[in-house]
Amino acid sequence: MRGLRKAYKDHVAVNGLDLDIRRGEIFGILGPNGAGKSTTVEILEGHRSRDGGEVEVLGEDPGRASRQWKSWIGIVWQNEVVSGELTVAETVRHYAQYFPDPRDLEEILHVVGLTEKAGARVTGLSGGQRRRVDVAVGVIGRPELLFLDEPTTGFDPAARRQFWDLIRSLADDGTTIVLTSHYLDEVEALADRLAVVVGGKVVAEGDPATLGGRASAQATVSWLAPEGPREYRTDTPTGVINDLAAHFRGEIPELTVSRPSLEDIYLGLIKEQETAA
Amino acid sequence: MTQTLVGAPAAGRLHPGGEGGKLPGAFRLGLLRGGVEIKQFFRAKEAVVFTFALPIVMMTMFASIFHDKIQGAGITVSQLYVAAMLGAGLMSTSFQNIGIGIATERDEGNLRRLRAMPMPRSAYFFGKLWLVLVTGVAETALLLAVGVAFFDLKLPSTPGKWFTLAWVLLLGMIACSLLGIAMSSVPRDAKSATPIMVLPFLVLQFISGVYISINSMSGWMVKVGSFFPLKWMCQGFRAVFLPDRAKVLEQGGDWELGRVALVLGAWCIGGLILCLTTFRWKGRRDG
Ligand SMILES: Nc1ncnc2c1ncn2[C@@H]1O[C@H](COP(=O)(O)OP(=O)(O)OP(=O)(O)O)[C@@H](O)[C@H]1O
Ligand SMILES: [Mg+2]
Repeated sequence: MRGLRKAYKDHVAVNGLDLDIRRGEIFGILGPNGAGKSTTVEILEGHRSRDGGEVEVLGEDPGRASRQWKSWIGIVWQNEVVSGELTVAETVRHYAQYFPDPRDLEEILHVVGLTEKAGARVTGLSGGQRRRVDVAVGVIGRPELLFLDEPTTGFDPAARRQFWDLIRSLADDGTTIVLTSHYLDEVEALADRLAVVVGGKVVAEGDPATLGGRASAQATVSWLAPEGPREYRTDTPTGVINDLAAHFRGEIPELTVSRPSLEDIYLGLIKEQETAA
Repeated sequence: MTQTLVGAPAAGRLHPGGEGGKLPGAFRLGLLRGGVEIKQFFRAKEAVVFTFALPIVMMTMFASIFHDKIQGAGITVSQLYVAAMLGAGLMSTSFQNIGIGIATERDEGNLRRLRAMPMPRSAYFFGKLWLVLVTGVAETALLLAVGVAFFDLKLPSTPGKWFTLAWVLLLGMIACSLLGIAMSSVPRDAKSATPIMVLPFLVLQFISGVYISINSMSGWMVKVGSFFPLKWMCQGFRAVFLPDRAKVLEQGGDWELGRVALVLGAWCIGGLILCLTTFRWKGRRDG
């Protein structure tokens, strides 16, 4: 997939946004509420019209997509879709029938953890379970490109882990995945690359491990000194520990060395944008 | 639709060859949609009761309260009501149900999800027509059964009358469904759908001579009523179920079946154009 450039809306929700998403990668999109993530993703899906810019997704303009193109796309929207009076299995089976080569129903229900609920009405499910139905419907058509807009909202921790495994196995099969999430650990665990969107613009883009100079940022060494907890920010943590080890002659109490987490980098970026604005 | 796969790397596709798998056709998907629509309809108990019971209750009430013989027409008022309620019942399964149904689906995101499916859009509407066909015929059969059992209604005696019944039913169904599909774009959300669909329908029932005989209405009401399909559906049903002597009660002194067909046919075509030009797949929240 060759990415999109620029898309505008009347509220300028997306303001000159450039993205290049490569085939086969998991691409994360981060950003505060109202940043324009969903708007961007829905333009890519062909569900929102854009006011400007060029978009090409799987070789087509999503605004004028063919049926064939739609059969390559899987979507999990931010807002769950409750589909009336059908059971879980009926719902997923129904959506499978639109596709030329759908996945196996039993298998999908199993991986999203809904096997026991297969015969239950969708309207009677819990929020997280309904969300799983959305995920099942999103992947049932064996999409080449899967859009996930905050897919794990309402998932319990175990379900999230299970979902991560599903996403990884889809990616191993060659599926390209665009993932929006507010869970930074999720993006860090899954994404090959990510972009941070603020105010409809990309403010940072890159590898989760190196985003915003994360890899080269100063490390923090902390330990428990006799007079209380101490912290020291340094470019050379090994040297600091050597000195400490000499000082304590043995174990350093409560020693930790930490690099900024993705969350620290992310929050830093957002703050930077706020002060700039 | 022309396909431009130019620029899309051919390698690494999960579906090699691009057009590998066959996409199911519109008719097959329409049947599939129809099956799901019907299943969902009959599982929503409240809606089923509302749709089927309301016309029967109305018919029973009116036909029981007013049951005198009409001088010179050889029928009872009850028979008039039964014939008219067939029209109103049909319109409630088509116009009202379809309109509320689509507006709700649009609001709840189902339309958006369907639009994301590799489905020809016509399949969605085929599905709706299947739903109307099944519910409309069921509704008519129910009303007929009650009418025959309690209100002296006579089933058609000649093949010609059965034929009239069939085409009035079919044309009325299609016209009202299209009107309902077009009207579904008016409500802003699911909550406002019911009042916005039911209110005009109720007014239309009054000015189309469902509850009050056409003769006793003022001229402008009849004119407005005559513009819409319901009056003509009721007239068609009267032609089928009332003896020919009752013609004298009609405005023109005749069943005017030609005009019935003409008006309903025109609504089918006009409704289709209206739908094609005004139908919204997107809801309020989808930009
Ligand atoms: N249909 C709409 N009509 C008008 N404005 C909209 C519409 N949808 C979104 N917006 C506005 O566009 C901006 C971006 O919204 P968007 O949904 O893309 O944000 P987001 O990044 O997905 O946020 P969140 O993290 O809360 O999901 C917001 O300010 C929102 O108010
Ligand atoms: Mg969003």
